[in-house]
Amino acid sequence: MGKTISEKIIANHVGHAVSPGDLVISPVDGVMATDTTAPLAIKAFEAMGATGVFHQDKVILVLDHAVPPPNERIANLHKMMREFSDQHGIKLFDIGEGICHQVMVEHQYVKPGDIFIGADSHTPTYGALNAFACGVGSTDLAATMMTGQIWLKVPESIKIICHGKLKAGVSAKDLILFLVGQVTISGATYQSIEFEGSAFHDMSLASRMTIANMVAEMGGKAGIVHPEGLDLDYDYTAIYPDADAHYVKTYEFDVSTLEPQVAAPESPDNVDDISKVAGTAIDYAFIGTCCNGRLEDLQAAAEILKGKKIKAGVRFMIAPASKTTLLDAMNDGTIQILIEAGATIITPGCGPCVGTHQGVPGNDEVVISAANRNFRGRMGNPNSNIYLAAPATVAASALVGEITHPGNCI
Amino acid sequence: MVYVYGDNIDTDRIIPGKYTKTLDLSALADHVLEDLDPGFSKSVQRGDIIVAGKNFGCGSSREQAPLALKQSGVSVIIAEDFARIFFRNAINIGLAVLEIGKHEIKIGAQVEYDLATGIVKDLSQNKEYPATKLPQIMIDILDEGGLVPYLKKNKKYKLS
Repeated sequence: MGKTISEKIIANHVGHAVSPGDLVISPVDGVMATDTTAPLAIKAFEAMGATGVFHQDKVILVLDHAVPPPNERIANLHKMMREFSDQHGIKLFDIGEGICHQVMVEHQYVKPGDIFIGADSHTPTYGALNAFACGVGSTDLAATMMTGQIWLKVPESIKIICHGKLKAGVSAKDLILFLVGQVTISGATYQSIEFEGSAFHDMSLASRMTIANMVAEMGGKAGIVHPEGLDLDYDYTAIYPDADAHYVKTYEFDVSTLEPQVAAPESPDNVDDISKVAGTAIDYAFIGTCCNGRLEDLQAAAEILKGKKIKAGVRFMIAPASKTTLLDAMNDGTIQILIEAGATIITPGCGPCVGTHQGVPGNDEVVISAANRNFRGRMGNPNSNIYLAAPATVAASALVGEITHPGNCI
Repeated sequence: MVYVYGDNIDTDRIIPGKYTKTLDLSALADHVLEDLDPGFSKSVQRGDIIVAGKNFGCGSSREQAPLALKQSGVSVIIAEDFARIFFRNAINIGLAVLEIGKHEIKIGAQVEYDLATGIVKDLSQNKEYPATKLPQIMIDILDEGGLVPYLKKNKKYKLS
């Protein structure tokens, strides 16, 4: 029986062939925690009696979920993380460096073929790089910091094949929203997804990250984009599935006629063509997050907003995914266009996505967001409603003041 | 008391992100489930049971979600199935979780459970539901009271 990409990566780490359902204890190539998850992990690490981390270059902390800290409680949690980083000689990315997943990829802490564990549910994002990456909670993370290992049940794999090329103006976000709608929020629980087909072949790394990112919204343990066309600025050995690999389920779509997609409140799988919700008035637009805060996302917004002003009364927040993204978007003029159009640029990081600060919506307000979650209360107010869409759709909607097909604004 | 909820109860509903950045567990319990069931944190008593549908705990990896439930006094969460990170987190902090598949437990039901056998009884409808057996490593972790005491004792993972 042939093997899937996930099965091959795990086998390479544990030193023997594996099959779905096997329990393994695997070494990991890296482990990362954020200011939401690291403080509890540090407490657990100390309570386990750990004296040091398993490898100083493979344990990374990132301040991104509440940066700069909005209150003294969070400021003290950040301080605790800095002290831990100093004490153990490990890297900490401080406020303004960017979102954990963006920073891990930019600084090459994760590479093709790796097993990477992150104390953040969007860790499967690194599947864009042909890596097997899982999200865990704080205590699992503490255990991995201490032992360099994770216990895993080898997942079954699902294959999603997308034929054709996306139309101009339709992005990876539209595709993954469509796929989340098809698979549903629980459709891949405990399983690993492998994406293949011509729709992915010429996708940038950034777009592949958008695809793998929302595997979390299908319940998946990991999600890996087939490496065909993966363009990295270093040499790597790609891992392909065997032709006779076993998949528990295969989805197949022709996506060449896909329209922009929108997830309506209050679940990321409540997805439909934009025509179903076009015209809905919005109060607030947001572009950013580990899903859609990268340079190509800001450029897509700038293309729509160049020389124009957003609708009076609409707030438009933009949180670049990293300091590098922000600098690149300044250098090519993107930031200038966005600010002149009426956007507010906030600190690179998770921004308002997690509902802690930097733009909490008011009662009965409607948000259109390029993030990945729209659960009730997600952005800090349970009496607001969040629609999820691609950056181009968010920009077009900010321009018009209602949910708008980006094709109407170019 | 048995609290019965539906499918896909996400971690934002269990403990909103704005409350998660803390090490004060009682502050977490004050806000547990507030956007789903605003009276919950006031009414919950030690030993109470939560019964839910599919995919309980989907969304964020925040361990604050099972911690808030455990701190509030909830003794067990019984669901059709769980989101995987929530499930691992619950076991790791020593909160019992029982996955029983499709069930007909209704609001107001009287429920008993036995962690040793994994049997859940709905006394109101006189029905029994056997829980899915945990992988041995999770049983070992639960037997030690969670992953912290497990690793304090064993220093590393062991597959028995």
